[in-house]
Amino acid sequence: MKYIFFYTLLLSLVSCKNSTKTYNEGAILYKRHCENCHMSDGSGLEALYPPLAKADMLKNLGVKAACIIKYGLHGKILVNGIEFDTGMDPVQNLSDVEITNILNYIHNAWGNRKQFIQLNEVTHTLENCKTQIK
Amino acid sequence: MPVIGFKQLIEKEVNGKKVIDSIDHVIPPFIFINQDSNMITEKVVEDKIYLVDFFFTSCPTICPKVKKNMKKVYNEFKHREDFLILSHSIDVKYDTVGRLAWYAGKFNISSKNWHLLTGTKEDIYKMSYQYYITAIESKDAPGGFDHSGYIALVDRNRKIRGMYDGTEPEKINNLIRDLKLLFKYE
Repeated sequence: MKYIFFYTLLLSLVSCKNSTKTYNEGAILYKRHCENCHMSDGSGLEALYPPLAKADMLKNLGVKAACIIKYGLHGKILVNGIEFDTGMDPVQNLSDVEITNILNYIHNAWGNRKQFIQLNEVTHTLENCKTQIK
Repeated sequence: MPVIGFKQLIEKEVNGKKVIDSIDHVIPPFIFINQDSNMITEKVVEDKIYLVDFFFTSCPTICPKVKKNMKKVYNEFKHREDFLILSHSIDVKYDTVGRLAWYAGKFNISSKNWHLLTGTKEDIYKMSYQYYITAIESKDAPGGFDHSGYIALVDRNRKIRGMYDGTEPEKINNLIRDLKLLFKYE
């Protein structure tokens, strides 16, 4: 009986690890689609590409950052008091699951901390910003 | 430090005897325009040690990383009067002087040490061959251009003394080390 308890404990620990694995998937996608400009440490590049690490804009956007990944960004933005107007092209061919993984990664890397974002939140948000853009 | 590039063989007479000698590869004269709309020629790099790369401002791939690494080198040597960086844009249509000026401002660099250059397409691409840095216009490449992220280190006599992968932070440390050597001994 004791052993069963022990194994359940172990199993729950392993499954906890699985939830950070989602961030690993996000990390791989980040490396492929975002890192060139936002950098591996999320620091961005001067006033050309905004940081994601400890960035007020990303923090305030929360799940809505999904809209920028999917639909891109135009015009001026303010991140940590610095003005950026480079804009961003949409990241093509990403599924909602992949966008969710990227979001959870960038919201929890480099000292960023945010509660886990669920897939249905992302899908719902993307539906809304789609109608806003059109 | 070696001199990089193909050597040209010439015949000459020494004490009445014909001998074969080799001449180092020297970067030929050039005329480009920088972010302040000033003409930049080989006279500007005269007796200076300078770095060269090829990029474009809307580059979605390696350029930002290379630029970030180059900024590190710039910050270390920008106080020197005899240090320059020449970044050639390979997107001559989109990267106008105005666009280069915008980029320089946002990137926070001064034309005292760092020139962002444009010119005729032919001149830019021919110059990339001189530095042995690949630059090709390609519809299949992300952003429309295929190019390498290498940085060339050029000495006071316009001879290439080193080539460094600008995307690799440790190669940038080698570049900084070699720059210090050149400044100290040549």
